[in-house]
Amino acid sequence: MFNYISHDHEHDGIDRRGFLKCMAWAGTGVLWTISGGVLASRTLAEVAKAGSSLPKATDLSFLQISDSHIGFNKAANKDVTETFKIALDRINAMPAPPSFLIHTGDITQLSKPEEFDTFDQILKSCRTKDVFYVPGEHDVLNDGGKMYRERYLKNVEGKGSGWYSFNKNGVHFVGLVNVLDLQAGGLGQLGDEQLEWLEDDLKGLSADTPIVVFAHIPLWTVYPQWGWGTSDSERALGYLKRFGSVTVLNGHIHQVLQKVEGNVTFHTAMSTAFPQPAPGTAPSPGPLTVPADKLRTLLGLTSVQYKQGNTALAVVDSNLS
Amino acid sequence: MTTFISKIKIAALLCGITSFSLVAFGGEMKNTETTGGGENKIEIKDFAFSPQTIKVKSGEKITWINHDEEPHTVVSVGKKFQKSSALDTDQEFTITAGAPGTYEYFCSVHPKMTGTIVVEK
Repeated sequence: MFNYISHDHEHDGIDRRGFLKCMAWAGTGVLWTISGGVLASRTLAEVAKAGSSLPKATDLSFLQISDSHIGFNKAANKDVTETFKIALDRINAMPAPPSFLIHTGDITQLSKPEEFDTFDQILKSCRTKDVFYVPGEHDVLNDGGKMYRERYLKNVEGKGSGWYSFNKNGVHFVGLVNVLDLQAGGLGQLGDEQLEWLEDDLKGLSADTPIVVFAHIPLWTVYPQWGWGTSDSERALGYLKRFGSVTVLNGHIHQVLQKVEGNVTFHTAMSTAFPQPAPGTAPSPGPLTVPADKLRTLLGLTSVQYKQGNTALAVVDSNLS
Repeated sequence: MTTFISKIKIAALLCGITSFSLVAFGGEMKNTETTGGGENKIEIKDFAFSPQTIKVKSGEKITWINHDEEPHTVVSVGKKFQKSSALDTDQEFTITAGAPGTYEYFCSVHPKMTGTIVVEK
């Protein structure tokens, strides 16, 4: 038996069977919507307030793209720039364009300057110009992320190895880095310095402030045998517990997975480059080659909306078929 | 002139001590930048080093070759030998085994991947 989700504290039914069912939905390419489970049973008024530093949250929509792996050219997808372009076309075709994009890492395959250049060039075709990034391990391969930071942190106040926060429409966003200084045998890692910063960053916020946290490797333990988790994420989640609405957006595993734990909704996005196998269903988490006509059903992007008066953010995945 | 020669001698002596230290305590391994040491091959496949533990003699070459479609690295725990850059598919990395001892290493991109080199005299 595989133990896919080792931290299912809430016994919320996302077990192996639930997971496979979820993956079946993703595999059929149906547009599906998730709202935040437990979140819906609480109203903002019920949440204790601890001094408001942000204006009341107002309607907001943004879009998550992930794992574009520009430079990858193997059997699983020989033209990742094309599928990335298709994803941008989808964004451009949206009747109401998103306010901004979040890219949750693995922009490139090998951290090469020409791969970053290609990505930047293609991205110019996107109608939405505001993009917030966090790095994937593929973006920091040989220089500890120096090149990544020089290119993609121009519009934010990056701290340490590149983490930061910002506010939009009363929603507080936190971009975390969990792909650097990884330890032998371990998982993704945030590190003490970043965690101390996070605790401090959240301190002044009212508990009714909607929080969105994004990072590359999942901040929940999806499948530790494949390194799909973050060793010190529990500490980060401890700082987030008092908030009434927390949405955690990750990439890395190239498939949609969702879990609700207390007031926290965890969500992983599809890649725009290639799918990866469901946990434990292959010898390794390497790129999954599927029939050509099926590939685009397993690639996609994630739209997130906050509607004033609703506690949960609506997270909608759509594929590129 | 005498002073100059003495300085050279001291410098040479210091260099000698430094070299000795590396061998004695650092377990230095050199990246030879040549591939195909041949005898000691470590295959990287399905996110694993195979064999996971390898025994070699001091002075022998060890070569890793990446068969995965994912990039991998070879990084010494405790920085006891030079790390590789990211190895793309079919790329190799070779070092020469230094002082006898046990050396742990891992892939810094996928840290679940670990291996051990045992260097004997």
